[in-house]
Amino acid sequence: MGVEGIGARVARKEDKRFLTGKGRYTDDMVTPGMKYAYFVRSPHAHAKIKGIDASAALSMPGVIGVLDGKQLLADGIGNLICGWMIHSKDGSPMKMGAWRPLAADTVRYVGDAVAIVVADSLGEARDAAEAVAVDYEELPAVVEAVDALKAGAPQIHPEAPDNQIFDWELGDAAATDKAIAEAAHVTEIELHNNRLSPNAMEPRATLGIYDAAEDHYTCYTTSQNPHVARLVMSAFYNVAPENKLRVIAPDVGGGFGSKIYIYPEEIVCLWASKKTGVPVKWTADRTEAFLTDAHGRDHVSKVKMAFDAQNRITALKVDTIANLGAYMSLFSSCVPTYLYATLLSGQYAIPAIHANVRTVYTNTVPVDAYRGAGRPEATYLLERTVETAARELGVSPAELRRINFVRTFPHQTPVIMNYDAGDYEASLNAAMQQADWDGFPSRKAEAAARGMKRGIGMSCYIEACGLAPSQAVGALGAGVGLWESAEVRVNAVGTIEVLTGSHSHGQGHETTFAQLVADRLGVPIDSVSIVHGDTDKVQMGMGTYGSRSGAVGMSAVVKALDKVEAKAKKIAAHLMEADESDIVIENGEVKVAGTDKSLPWFQVALASYTAHNLPAGMEPGLKETAFYDPANFTFPAGCYICEVEVDPETGKTEIVQFVAADDFGNIINPMIVEGQVHGGIAQGIGQALLEGVHYDESGQLLTASFMDYTMPRADDLPSFQLSHQNTPCPNNPLGVKGCGEAGAIGSPPALINAITDAIGNNRLTMPATPLKVWEAAQATA
Amino acid sequence: MAKVTLTVNGRSVSGECEDRTLLVHFIREKLGLTGTHVGCDTSQCGACVVHMDGKSVKSCSILAVQASGSKITTIEGLAANGELHPVQASFKEHHGLQCGFCTPGMVMASVDMINRHGGKLDEKTVRSELEGNICRCTGYHNIVKAVLAANAEMNAAKQAAE
Repeated sequence: MGVEGIGARVARKEDKRFLTGKGRYTDDMVTPGMKYAYFVRSPHAHAKIKGIDASAALSMPGVIGVLDGKQLLADGIGNLICGWMIHSKDGSPMKMGAWRPLAADTVRYVGDAVAIVVADSLGEARDAAEAVAVDYEELPAVVEAVDALKAGAPQIHPEAPDNQIFDWELGDAAATDKAIAEAAHVTEIELHNNRLSPNAMEPRATLGIYDAAEDHYTCYTTSQNPHVARLVMSAFYNVAPENKLRVIAPDVGGGFGSKIYIYPEEIVCLWASKKTGVPVKWTADRTEAFLTDAHGRDHVSKVKMAFDAQNRITALKVDTIANLGAYMSLFSSCVPTYLYATLLSGQYAIPAIHANVRTVYTNTVPVDAYRGAGRPEATYLLERTVETAARELGVSPAELRRINFVRTFPHQTPVIMNYDAGDYEASLNAAMQQADWDGFPSRKAEAAARGMKRGIGMSCYIEACGLAPSQAVGALGAGVGLWESAEVRVNAVGTIEVLTGSHSHGQGHETTFAQLVADRLGVPIDSVSIVHGDTDKVQMGMGTYGSRSGAVGMSAVVKALDKVEAKAKKIAAHLMEADESDIVIENGEVKVAGTDKSLPWFQVALASYTAHNLPAGMEPGLKETAFYDPANFTFPAGCYICEVEVDPETGKTEIVQFVAADDFGNIINPMIVEGQVHGGIAQGIGQALLEGVHYDESGQLLTASFMDYTMPRADDLPSFQLSHQNTPCPNNPLGVKGCGEAGAIGSPPALINAITDAIGNNRLTMPATPLKVWEAAQATA
Repeated sequence: MAKVTLTVNGRSVSGECEDRTLLVHFIREKLGLTGTHVGCDTSQCGACVVHMDGKSVKSCSILAVQASGSKITTIEGLAANGELHPVQASFKEHHGLQCGFCTPGMVMASVDMINRHGGKLDEKTVRSELEGNICRCTGYHNIVKAVLAANAEMNAAKQAAE
């Protein structure tokens, strides 16, 4: 692999700028004449706008303009859309209500943007926003999905009667019902997957710049996918055609899904820049982030799992209600459907599965993908159900899983997915060994002697990553293709720029993508620069989410490198008068195999640009572009084990050990992969123990600050023990599967299974706060 | 408007700002030192930690006028002569950062922590001391490792010098 190639633990190239304060995030951007925006937002969860009076605000110091939804509508700016069409089981298309970037007649959640104030300073903009008088007529609100479906519930969108967006199913209902009827045992459980706020540490921000002389827009934004932002703002929101709109996502401080979507603020700031004639910058404060960043999860599910007399799973039936909030966010519809129900087979060979999913409007912020997106919901559901079944059947949780593991590949599940490779038992065994599973009873006894309740729990997860084969997702309703593109640009002196449509917001692409090039050409990673995040520089791209940058983004780089190498070999063969098939590229040299003839890499590059002596008919230059469309999803999988001690006096849970055994396929940089797993587990533990979004009945967000929403902190978490049992992915050139979401997917059920084991009561919901755990423990005491 | 005079990273600076201007906004907007970040509005996240007269403070919890006359070190002033401070170097070596947004505050808080504890740090203490700094990317695992390694290195260097 070489010291800097694939598989090497290379320190990150990008770190120096972040460590010395030289990172450049959107809010750091300053441009001549720039002014500040503050949004007037609805204080009500549901209300009619009777009128907006901005006259007082307009006369305040520093105020340049106050713009509202009627003006936006008059200028032809379009509504926000959801880009994935789902049809209900009766064949009808999903019911998408209108989402205006600035609400013109109705507000539907607390934080819904009503107007934008632009002023010389942020303080002046905020003061003036308070002086904008909006006359609201309050309407009744509903915040829980189950309540929104009830007769007589407040109606949120005229397009969606009874607040239902779609009623969708996947799998074979008849076969599933039959297997349940004939089962030796049926485990039933109801589960709630708690609503979360993503909380990337960098709040969302945007800087909209309109250049009147060129009739051109530039949008700096905190985005995971600037090309998608440009595409959507051009094609659907009518901001500007693509050739008149440059989107730049510079350093971005974390995403976790929440920065995939195009939000109202980008659109409104670009439009406001044209209207006011000044560049307009907006940065969310944390309260705004809680109020307006797309939330994640929020499922309520009923589950039935059927077993035969040998404890083999014969069927799974799932009925889920998913809360999508007040509007359909960009990919909201695919999260509780094709990213969720398709993973309900888990690591198990289950002959019959049926899932029914209803999605619902409520007066809450839109819900969309958050780290894992659908797959954590599927894993939590399955792994709590399997654990519950093991307890009911009197079988060890490991044994029940072993009996049901998929063991031959490829494996076609009854819910679309075709698993290509894996070894689930290897991860299970590794995790159990690392956790000293067999030694648990003595640790439990030792804890009991101290008055503590000790528990152990496991979770075996699978996810589908490497999103995604374009034709397949197109057939399932996706409005876009999910390929990736790359350009490899060899300079005349042999240094290399890789332009990629993937976007790094913490993942370390500037290092790992350079490692790939170093591995192929034997050049130092310092001579390789990664260019990303700017639609004027990078030809095209679909961005970073769904653990796709390695499997899809790097595969595109491989394809472009293949072309570069092929051309370099032709040039070298010509220069050294050798046969092209004898040319090899290694250690920064282009050699004729079996001879002492060689050329330094840079001389081949230089020759391509001087073009003094190229093969007949060859174009000058050494620069190639490739698009890569994956052949299949990838299927990372693993086993997580968590051991806890619960204090029966207080209900406080302490995680005493956390073990993660993962199969990510081939690994480019183990250090970075481990970091991804650490972070994912922390978010999963956050979901299981600490985090939960709460609205009161009137739709006021009660958890709108870091004082009210419990983020995992250093003293809430243990150090983690990791291992890898890798089976290479057969469907992409690097054999990689993706590692970004696994931690968040696999960890919540392991933790809850451990706590319920400790307290001897399976009725526990996330987050398992001390009060809930104490109450559950009391119920069994 | 208030006049504020500070020594920032060894350089004397002064400027005018609204009375209500927080130190962090003065540093970011008036001085253009954008390494100090704002990650929340309730003094919880610690992305804005700087050193004021040698002690770490959350620069969002103090007005620029209150800080007037003090010596401030920001993340930009930590590396000396182009060499990373041992804590910065340790964060890089142990992959204690991902998106980099919380990193300046983490590093500044960690330097102060190591200084205050005089070499006596263990994992539990580091985790407890970092309670005021939120990171969403790393799960803290490698941050804790980086702080402990930097602590050992700085302590060894101090003992060697004595």
